[in-house]
Amino acid sequence: MRPRWKQYSVLPGFGLTLGYSMLYLSLVVLVPLSALFFRTANMPVDDFWRTITDPRVLASYRLTFGASLIGASINAVFGFVVAWTLVRYRFPGRKLLDAVVDLPFALPTAVSGIALTAIFAKTGWLGQYLTPLGIQAAFSPLGVTIALTFIGLPFVVRTLQPALEELDREAEEASASLGANRLQTFWRVILPTVFPALVTGFALAFARALGEYGSVVFISGNMPLKTEITSLLIITKLEQYDYAGATAIATVMLIVSFLLLLAINLVQWYAARGYQKGF
Amino acid sequence: MAAPTSNAAAADRSRDPLWLRIVLILISIAFVGLLLVLPLTVIFMEALREGWASYWAAFRDPAAWHAIKLTVLAASIAVPLNLVFGLAAAWAIAKFDFRGKSLFITLIDLPFAVSPVISGVIYVLLFGLQGWLGPWLASHNLQIIFAVPGIVLATIFVTFPFVARELIPLMQEQGADEEQAAISLGAGGWQTFWRVTLPNIKWGLLYGVILCNARAMGEFGAVSVVSGHIRGKTNTLPLHIEILYNEYNVVAAFTMASLLALLGLVTLAAKTWLEWKVQQNSTR
Repeated sequence: MRPRWKQYSVLPGFGLTLGYSMLYLSLVVLVPLSALFFRTANMPVDDFWRTITDPRVLASYRLTFGASLIGASINAVFGFVVAWTLVRYRFPGRKLLDAVVDLPFALPTAVSGIALTAIFAKTGWLGQYLTPLGIQAAFSPLGVTIALTFIGLPFVVRTLQPALEELDREAEEASASLGANRLQTFWRVILPTVFPALVTGFALAFARALGEYGSVVFISGNMPLKTEITSLLIITKLEQYDYAGATAIATVMLIVSFLLLLAINLVQWYAARGYQKGF
Repeated sequence: MAAPTSNAAAADRSRDPLWLRIVLILISIAFVGLLLVLPLTVIFMEALREGWASYWAAFRDPAAWHAIKLTVLAASIAVPLNLVFGLAAAWAIAKFDFRGKSLFITLIDLPFAVSPVISGVIYVLLFGLQGWLGPWLASHNLQIIFAVPGIVLATIFVTFPFVARELIPLMQEQGADEEQAAISLGAGGWQTFWRVTLPNIKWGLLYGVILCNARAMGEFGAVSVVSGHIRGKTNTLPLHIEILYNEYNVVAAFTMASLLALLGLVTLAAKTWLEWKVQQNSTR
């Protein structure tokens, strides 16, 4: 008897490969992740609420979400420019620029973290010029934002590139021949077409920034209520053996990132449906 | 012939003017240069600030060697395990049709949605002293958290989807026709896999392994939670860098960082080369 939920195939190995990969997935991912939710479910609601709305925790949300939002927004603008240049223009060094965009993926976060700190600290490479201007880049919310911008750029560029490559040049030409200038064509033709990709890239950069740890902890200064990100607060609670506190905050952050992932999928599904309808 | 010229004129007007191109290219180069290339340069400049002698001296620290060995050990366990998983999952997903397939693919991607610190926390909740299995492990004198097994587990978790993620779309695109032909011509399952499937996916497989390895050797947040930071014992290279940096041993910290930065550069070069290779194969 073949299972009815599977179509017949002459190829062997279905039971073995599916069975093994599901077992491995359960052991490595599903069981440990469910431990987090069971822990939280066993917490009294009052305790849970008090933990996740503690002033120090709220301050960490404000910093994490605020800096992530600013970083993702900067990346949406400059990432668009970079993706546009890479797709549309031919210039010496284009391939190198294209490869370099992946640096934040390739560099371990701790390495990026100490490098960014060395640049923006008071006596650092750029910090020494910023300090006389009254700008304190490292050990401030600005430093957190810089680090979160650093790690988010490839998400925007790599999501936009394929969308810009698929862009219909004839629609742009039609728009121009109907008398639209370049700016009008950009706002009315180009931007609406690639908007789903831009939103997806923005959301991916934002989601990554929310959970970032390594590249931020060196440059942030880690002052409670001021420059302490939520990821660090989770570790701090764990180091004080406050497992319940760490679990509660981790659950909040995990739910937020799952919701973001759901939103990203909805945007892509919506965009795919739009194309099918002929929009 | 009026139409072609107006078409050409429209095509011309739909192109960006030269000044705009130059401005946008300069903005791109400046942004990427300042945000991405400068940090990379700084790593090597800081590592060599006091010359090559200090650079090599940093390697004489036994704790540094121990960290390097532990990093290689963790990656050499995590990468093969996730490679076997990736092959198995991709085979089941790409070569067969079954219900619940898209849910399975979503679950495989799950670790990417979990932040590094939380990836570590879940293993502490499972194996830590106050965790589910903690008391049982303690009574049997087994230690996972604040020991090497915890580091390996956290590394497996954060690098879990890399190989599967490269292989699934690639193998789905290739379909099962060639394998079906091989089987109906009398080849066995393993024979089909080695002779037909593997040659078709080798570049994608290599790409996945390279990305998986880079992340495994560079992971910081997840490993930091489970390691306990015991010098010369449970410190991986990224954790050792943190300790050196916090001790104001800047040259040594950047020397170790330059190793990981080199690994990153090799990864980038391999990625660019593989993409070029795949493009060559598809245009031929």
